[in-house]
Amino acid sequence: MGKLRRRRIRFILIQNRAGKTRLAKWYMQFDDDEKQKLIEEVHAVVTVRDAKHTNFVEFRNFKIIYRRYAGLYFCICVDVNDNNLAYLEAIHNFVEVLNEYFHNVCELDLVFNFYKVYTVVDEMFLAGEIRETSQTKVLKQLLMLQSLE
Amino acid sequence: MLGCRAASCPGDRPRQPEELMARADSGSGPWPPEGRLGSWTQMSHTKPYIRKKAVLIMYKVFLKYPESLRPAFPRLKEKLEDPDPGVQSAAVNVICELARRNPKNYLSLAPLFFKLMTSSTNNWVLIKIIKLFGALTPLEPRLGKKLIEPLTNLIHSTSAMSLLYECVNTVIAVLISLSSGMPNHSASIQLCVQKLRILIEDSDQNLKYLGLLAMSKILRTHPKSVQAHKDLVLQCLDDKDESIRLRALDLLYGMVSKKNLMEIVKKLMTHVDKAEGTTYRDELLTKIIDICSQSNYQHITNFEWYISILVELTRLEGTRHGHLIAAQMLDVAIRVKAIRRFAVAQMSALLDSAHLVASSPQRSGICEVLYAAAWICGEFSEHLQEPQQTLEAMLRPKVTTLPGHIQAVYVQNVVKLYAAILQQKEQAADTSAAQEVTQLLVERLPQFVQSADLEVQERASCILQLVKHVQKLQAKDVPVAEEVSALFAGELNPVAPKAQKKVPVPEGLDLDAWINEPLSDSESEDEKPKAMFQDEEQRHTKPRAPEADEQELARRREARRQEQANNPFYIKSSPSPQKRYQDAPGVEHIPVVQIDLSVPLKVPGMPLSDQYVKLEEERRHRQRLEKDKRKKKKRERERRGTRRHSSLHTESDEDIAPAQRVDIVTEEMPENALPSDEDDKDPNDPYRALDIDLDKPLADSEKLPVQKHRNAETSKSPEKEDVPLVEKKSKKPKKKEKKHKEKEREKKKKEVEKGEDLDFWLSTTPPAATPALEELEVNTTVTVLKEGQEEPRGEEQDAEEDREQDLEKKPSKHKKKKHKKDKEERPKDKRKSKKKVPPADEEAAEPVENGTLEEEPLPPMSSYILLAENSYIKMTYDVQGSLQKDSQVTVSVVLENQSDSFLKSMELNVLDSLNARLARPEGSSVHDGVPVPFQLPPGISNEAQFVFTIQSIVMAQKLKGTLSFIAKNDEGSTHEKLDFKLHFTCTSYLVTTPCYSDAFAKLLESGDLSMSSIKVDGISMSFHNLLAKICFHHRFSVVERVDSCASMYSRSIQGHHVCLLVKKGEKSVSVDGKCSDPTLLSNLLEEMKETLATC
Repeated sequence: MGKLRRRRIRFILIQNRAGKTRLAKWYMQFDDDEKQKLIEEVHAVVTVRDAKHTNFVEFRNFKIIYRRYAGLYFCICVDVNDNNLAYLEAIHNFVEVLNEYFHNVCELDLVFNFYKVYTVVDEMFLAGEIRETSQTKVLKQLLMLQSLE
Repeated sequence: MLGCRAASCPGDRPRQPEELMARADSGSGPWPPEGRLGSWTQMSHTKPYIRKKAVLIMYKVFLKYPESLRPAFPRLKEKLEDPDPGVQSAAVNVICELARRNPKNYLSLAPLFFKLMTSSTNNWVLIKIIKLFGALTPLEPRLGKKLIEPLTNLIHSTSAMSLLYECVNTVIAVLISLSSGMPNHSASIQLCVQKLRILIEDSDQNLKYLGLLAMSKILRTHPKSVQAHKDLVLQCLDDKDESIRLRALDLLYGMVSKKNLMEIVKKLMTHVDKAEGTTYRDELLTKIIDICSQSNYQHITNFEWYISILVELTRLEGTRHGHLIAAQMLDVAIRVKAIRRFAVAQMSALLDSAHLVASSPQRSGICEVLYAAAWICGEFSEHLQEPQQTLEAMLRPKVTTLPGHIQAVYVQNVVKLYAAILQQKEQAADTSAAQEVTQLLVERLPQFVQSADLEVQERASCILQLVKHVQKLQAKDVPVAEEVSALFAGELNPVAPKAQKKVPVPEGLDLDAWINEPLSDSESEDEKPKAMFQDEEQRHTKPRAPEADEQELARRREARRQEQANNPFYIKSSPSPQKRYQDAPGVEHIPVVQIDLSVPLKVPGMPLSDQYVKLEEERRHRQRLEKDKRKKKKRERERRGTRRHSSLHTESDEDIAPAQRVDIVTEEMPENALPSDEDDKDPNDPYRALDIDLDKPLADSEKLPVQKHRNAETSKSPEKEDVPLVEKKSKKPKKKEKKHKEKEREKKKKEVEKGEDLDFWLSTTPPAATPALEELEVNTTVTVLKEGQEEPRGEEQDAEEDREQDLEKKPSKHKKKKHKKDKEERPKDKRKSKKKVPPADEEAAEPVENGTLEEEPLPPMSSYILLAENSYIKMTYDVQGSLQKDSQVTVSVVLENQSDSFLKSMELNVLDSLNARLARPEGSSVHDGVPVPFQLPPGISNEAQFVFTIQSIVMAQKLKGTLSFIAKNDEGSTHEKLDFKLHFTCTSYLVTTPCYSDAFAKLLESGDLSMSSIKVDGISMSFHNLLAKICFHHRFSVVERVDSCASMYSRSIQGHHVCLLVKKGEKSVSVDGKCSDPTLLSNLLEEMKETLATC
């Protein structure tokens, strides 16, 4: 058996094609400089890829599972041994929840209602783990939280 | 205390775990103990939502406080069987995470997970569990055996690609871990390979990629079963996606055999020609070399073919890997003796051809091969057909453009060639020819002497002197060839990189012994050197007596000589090494196959590797025929042999004998070398701390306080209260001790049980019926386990299933999407059709930032609103604020004379309110009007500006006013009045201010803004016009626009920020606003609603 490494989500990044970060959620300790560097590198790696390419890119010691929705790249950075497809599904699941929650989600929703997006992230992912996968449950919880506002 | 609070008011603090989480993240200092306790108690909270969160964050807590793992673990384990599937999956997540780090501690949980695996229908959870099993199987091979069946069932049944992939991966891991133990696992391998083939054949690139990735794992242990799919892998080489091509290349590396090497390399060569990017081409080049040279050229049967491949590769322009090709050429030429003649012929052709020298050396690394070519031609010059020609090629003036290190090799090898030619000429007694060659050198060498490279310069001047000396001798008719070639007598042997390490320390040499006794003044100095020389060598030597008698020494010397003679790596001191080389049995036992003469030795011009493929076929065919003959004979003798490969024409790898053989065997590692795996453990690894034995019973200090009802505690020890206080004190500890002991015994028992439980569960053969009561109990539990209990289904199960179904459906869904590329994503699924997510492949419009919108012509717009009108005059007005004056707005009033009278002495007056007042000229009272500074002839309009001072701008307001004027016409003049109501909307306090998206995002993040939103239905106007309208009438600027969504910004004269998010639906527009003042925002939005309603 080879080296056993910790395996979970390192960070979630949502960027647009121009490289603007719309959401960044870190599950690992990084300096600000390091974060910035990572963001730039991820952008460089992901945007050059053609739509016909796979949705996985090797990245440093990790790999990035990404998916493009309109002009936005949803990237999840995980360990190389993790299940690519599961995270790809997780991204789609996440986007579907966003879409339902924001009624036809748009890139600018993520800017305007960034705190809500982070809430959605926190509802679905916690401490680098996929926490809830049921869309109905997540949405129910989100609406409950929204009503408290 | 967090925990207590949560317990006393259950359910009302849903965010608590997040608070804990925040602390776990930020906590560098010691964590308050109640925090730990908090999440611990919340693991048994009544709300599944809280339980789930609490369970999940336990992982973070464990990371920070490893000591909390043992006490909390039992409860965490309980959560694996929680009635709520969400909590269950959270627990699975945490335990899987823990177990991946230190799997052996969690082996005891295997039965529980096994049960979960067979009972759970949640694919997300299944993936986690199966992954965990993948980590556990290497530790417990029996577990693997048990897993194979359910996993293969899952592979057969599941439609979720992600789950399928995970299963295949784990099955592979299992099979790797038991590669020896299980006889009939070929079926499972076959199944995996078959499924992977389906993945690879899929049109979805992701699946293809993963299929190849998993395939390469199988390849490591079961190359045979993968090799059958060579066609598929070769196909993938043509894929558009580079990452897929690279994966396919990786696979090829392991797929080659003696049989198919030539074919595969041929295919790769065609790809090299087609490849567009240099990076991929370079990758191909290195892969070709890797594939061919792997495990000591194991698969190469014909080295001439290989040399010609290398020569073909030199035609690549601009590759970075010239040195790699060069290294291969050198290696092959040195190690494969039989090939030298051929190699020399090829190399001299390379030296001769101009294209390598001609290409600019700065840009292309391919000239590196000249280094090898020159060296080979020089060193093995005896094989050269026309040495003179090669010599001239090497002395061309163009050579001086090459990099220094190559020139240096040229210079050195020119002399070797020269020596060979001299010898040849002198043997032929052709002195004039010999002198001509010398003359050539004397003429050409100075060009190297002038080189800027020191090494070239030094060698050239040294050699020039030598040649000049030779020239003198030749003039005197002295034979010099013998002496010149003596310069290069002997053979250069290849030395393996690790050879030095393998040289044994000669007997009698004690590396630790002092050569000079150290000055024995301090003891500390004695110890230091020991630490310094703690080396592997040390272990070879045994401490021995320093003085041995003469005889013993002589014996050792002899033994050493023998040893050295047998060691090819030892540099020998004997005068004629070439002879010795042949005599020495150690080297001689390697048979050097003579070259196959059916191959033309000199291929005119550049060789073509293809022809070797044909020749090889023929050669093999001949070999086969011979073998068949032998076989027939054998068969006649034996009649019946139990040969596996009975079919005559499928030759296995071993059947193909190489045409040439590589001389050096693979180097061994030094005896005491440690496997490098242990280096992997990082002492700073935070996860190491979690390597905790969980089966050990809890010590008292580790126990966490358990929440109990107070009355329960009192009822437990009723007699205590009767006992006097003093006695109680003395009694208590004793009792505790006793209790503890009992508990411990119980625990031990349990532990034993557990251990056996696991063993039993894992063993496939049922144990002989043992009479022990304990074991019987175990037996029953196991059978229950095996039957796979049906968990009572919670009400949430349905929702869960919804999601699971989704997961299962997805892969096929995206397949469909890819195929048809239709925008209607899911026409079948009614529930889903609502949630239309923009498809990933659709090209999105780039966001527009701060741009004025110029896509469509805009309808003409005016911001001037009618103020009042009568037969004489029409007043329209507009209100403008400026950021410089935070409480002033300027009202521009356009006065238009609609009559044929002449209007003069116009005066405007308003009734000031508390909030807004008209700025009047100094010295005038509040009741005075402000004169309009012009007169209006008939039909003329003009604009007058009035300044108002405003206190609060959050509300709209109206001011009553009057315009008085004198209308003069032919009939005389009249005094006229026009009343109006001046309306200050909230919009009128806004000033169009551009804002960059970064600043916009920062502003939103500041969190000081309050939020409000409106929605307007029935809008038919295009989004573009809509935005333009908002910009114009409401003084906003577009910050960013993406498709039919835009963020906008404006600022009030008093510095309120107003941010908008405008989104267009099918027939509606929603506007979300954020502003530093809630009243202002809601008023603004109301005004906007009115504007939008007219769209």
